[in-house]
Amino acid sequence: MALDEIKIGGLGASRRRVEDNRFIRGKGNYVDDIVLPGMLHMELLRSPVAHARIKSIDVSAAWEVPGVRLVLTGEMMAARNLAWMPTLSYDTQAVLATDKVRFQGQEVAAVIADDPYIAKDACQRIVVEYEQLPAIVNPLQAMAAGAEVIRDDKENQEGNKVFDWEIGDKSATDKAFADADVISKMECHYPRSHPSPMETCGSIADYNRATGKLTVYMTSQAPHIVRAAVAMVAELPEHMIRIVSPDLGGGFGNKVPIYPGYVVSILASILLECPVKWIEDKTGNLISTGFGRDVYLQGELALRKDGKILGMRMKTISDHGAFYADAQPSKFKIGLMHSTFAAYDIPAAHLFSTGYYTNKAPGGVAYRCSFRVTEAMFFQERMIHGAANDLGMDQAEFRRMNLVKDDMFPYRTAFGFLTDSGQYGKCLDIGMKAIGYDTFQAEKAEARKRGKLLGLGISTMTEPLGAGNSREYDILGIKMFDSAELRIHMSGKGILRTGAMNQGQGHQTTWAQIVAHELGIPAEDITVEEGDTDTAPFGMGTYASRSTPVAGAAVAMVARKVRAKARKIAAHLLEVSEEDIEWELGRFYVRSNKERGVTIQDCAMAAYSNLPDGMEPGLENNAYYDPPNLTWPFAAYFVKVEVDPETGVWDVLKVVAVDDCGVRINPMVVEGQIMGGLTEAYAMSSMQYQTYDEEGNCIGSNYMDYLLPTAWETPGFELYEVVTPCPHHPIGAKGVGECATVAGPAAFVNAVVDAVGHTGVRNIDMPMMPNRVYEALQTGKDISGMPPVKMGD
Amino acid sequence: MTSLYDEVAPTPAADVPTRRITLNVNGEDRTVDVEPRLLLAHLIRQGLKMTGTHTGCDTTNCGACTILFEGRPIKSCTMLAVQADGHNIETVEGMASASELHPIQEGFKEEHGLHCGFCTPGMMLAAKALLAENPDPTEDEIRWALSGNLCRCTGYQNIVKSVLWAAKKMRAESN
Repeated sequence: MALDEIKIGGLGASRRRVEDNRFIRGKGNYVDDIVLPGMLHMELLRSPVAHARIKSIDVSAAWEVPGVRLVLTGEMMAARNLAWMPTLSYDTQAVLATDKVRFQGQEVAAVIADDPYIAKDACQRIVVEYEQLPAIVNPLQAMAAGAEVIRDDKENQEGNKVFDWEIGDKSATDKAFADADVISKMECHYPRSHPSPMETCGSIADYNRATGKLTVYMTSQAPHIVRAAVAMVAELPEHMIRIVSPDLGGGFGNKVPIYPGYVVSILASILLECPVKWIEDKTGNLISTGFGRDVYLQGELALRKDGKILGMRMKTISDHGAFYADAQPSKFKIGLMHSTFAAYDIPAAHLFSTGYYTNKAPGGVAYRCSFRVTEAMFFQERMIHGAANDLGMDQAEFRRMNLVKDDMFPYRTAFGFLTDSGQYGKCLDIGMKAIGYDTFQAEKAEARKRGKLLGLGISTMTEPLGAGNSREYDILGIKMFDSAELRIHMSGKGILRTGAMNQGQGHQTTWAQIVAHELGIPAEDITVEEGDTDTAPFGMGTYASRSTPVAGAAVAMVARKVRAKARKIAAHLLEVSEEDIEWELGRFYVRSNKERGVTIQDCAMAAYSNLPDGMEPGLENNAYYDPPNLTWPFAAYFVKVEVDPETGVWDVLKVVAVDDCGVRINPMVVEGQIMGGLTEAYAMSSMQYQTYDEEGNCIGSNYMDYLLPTAWETPGFELYEVVTPCPHHPIGAKGVGECATVAGPAAFVNAVVDAVGHTGVRNIDMPMMPNRVYEALQTGKDISGMPPVKMGD
Repeated sequence: MTSLYDEVAPTPAADVPTRRITLNVNGEDRTVDVEPRLLLAHLIRQGLKMTGTHTGCDTTNCGACTILFEGRPIKSCTMLAVQADGHNIETVEGMASASELHPIQEGFKEEHGLHCGFCTPGMMLAAKALLAENPDPTEDEIRWALSGNLCRCTGYQNIVKSVLWAAKKMRAESN
């Protein structure tokens, strides 16, 4: 009798989460919860200015504070060849500044003391003399002739350009534009945004001189990458480094890079021979760690008058801050920006990207997105919105006409990606029905009589997840595969370890569900462990929605390897040849007599007690999974807003989200991910951004200036599901953690622009704060968030 | 006991002035010597070793450090430990009994009201204070009562559902 898959917590079960048991009791184990014997505390002194030469640093008064054990400066780091470290994008980043400070909040010195209060006191006593230089706070200033060179530490660096990069077929694209009936243009700024997980970054470095082993507990989404980097930077042997990521209080891409604080705490522990804890405060996190976005986007669509898109060209200018520390596959300078328009059937496209250094925090992390995909899809949907209006076509019909049709897969995009599955039209239909598309114009006219402006915005996209296959994707040369290791104990219970790193996604719950699906072992019988590089198999970590597409696939593959061995054991137990064995969930049986069978648990016991001659004991294996392609989930989001023309305030009336992320492992968890993503989309469109004043002061350095929506502002969401299995993933899943953050913002902006569209306004840059919307209504002009930065807006 | 940070200083740093305070934590009286400047959140986390109370923003914005102070939700990162002298506080560790979860804890699990778990203790305590005053809140009332607590993972909808779930169960239990 086959098992009921839902009952054992297999695929498709909305299994309640295992990790909740500790979190709801306050028994999580975040890095700041860990206390080691003899542990000291570290505090960083940060630069108050954005750009300055360091004339002198006097730490003598800090040493005099009772309880201070060590004061470190850039000079002392330099003496150990640790003043600079490599970034994930083949650049270098200062650990503690030696020559200059290049952004406000840059790490200048560190104090290690008996408690963090003392360390903070002592930091205040360090006297740094700065000679201020002009601050460059946007790419326009960075590219200006005669601009101060920010990275004068780099040989051969002239000016402030980081890179030029292009992709696509320029001549075919030029021809499409020559043939076009209509050319539709769009220009946007995607403002800088900080992922801002609730928990900041932190580490406890624990160097043991007796064993030579360095253990670092830290907030990392990618502990194995950290181990490799520490081996390089600190010149310690890799087997003597153990990186442990305990529970993470959110990540969203912010906890992928390696930050100076981690490195300094490691050196401090080596010098002091005791554990050193560093916990960043919120301001430190907001002003110095990996941001997302900050890209200027310009583009054009070549259109035939019947609505067919003939070609697309696009330019991006990105602001990378003081160090090029983007966390992304190394081959691609501006991430996967060229995944833009992947859902649309467009014959020709060209992208040209330029990146600049500025006196702002470094980063360019994949903030809840698959490497710049958020900018790509946002701009795509803003261009689509503008083009439909320019042609006088209906928004939904213009999309339907140009979206890739179901029978066109596999479809090669103009930039060379291969999308492989989807039912885009079906998703569009479901969303239109749910939002009340057909009756919206009547509703809008009726609202107008009440003096209110209604708007409806659509955003449709497919995004590339699960980087990725080793032909194309690597970080610093390390291929982006992932891994899983499964050990079944004799009682049929087991432990699974993967190279991914949970930060709220619920891997402890959902990975066990994949094992349950493949082996018929109840999910509750499988322990899941991640984050300890001494025990977990090598993996590239969790970001860019790659866990389910890559590590999740490895989980399925390792379970299949285990099942293959169990099958041999079953044949031995049933005294038939392996060819005569059939499998149903949880059980092998003899083909000719279904009653004669053994359970997977019987096989597990036999693996330790009753093996066929010559078979290696035990029931365990590992799998490294190199995906053949990216996975391509599709999303269609619909937002209805009401704008008050007297104030520019807009209210969200309805949000409809249709997601096709392939097979859903745990529908409850999938829906949780979508709602979380939609909230970040709402946040970025309405209030959440970081800007800088002319002197390079970060506006958005604490939660009073950096606005995040609460339960009160956040709208409710209606979710719908379409399932088109991924053709190459072992269980047909596609990944979902970021779809809503990626495609959501454009739906909100398109809705507000639709509401004010009668004035001729085509674009309002995010965040669409009431003053921006009001100004758009008053002037009928586009509202740009581009520099010069307006203070107080 | 002295609640110097972690109590692990290899040698006492200096003659740090301390004050003796007594507070009732989750029903148990605790007497501690604290530096006058020690924040209540740090006393709870380090001195009392109850790490369920989290510090997120240090500026009374995020609510991860929310505890109940005489039954009312307060943010313990901006209150001095000495201000709690003679008072009753409740932390997440006091919510469940040895054998049973509090209905709010059950609700958060049932309705998937948490992802990373960092904001969860504060959210649950804010919800507990709400339900003590208003056993049958509307969705809007819940959203307003939790508007001092930030969550970056869930989008709040399931948190609201979790509190509704708990309210229903608590009403049924009290009938």
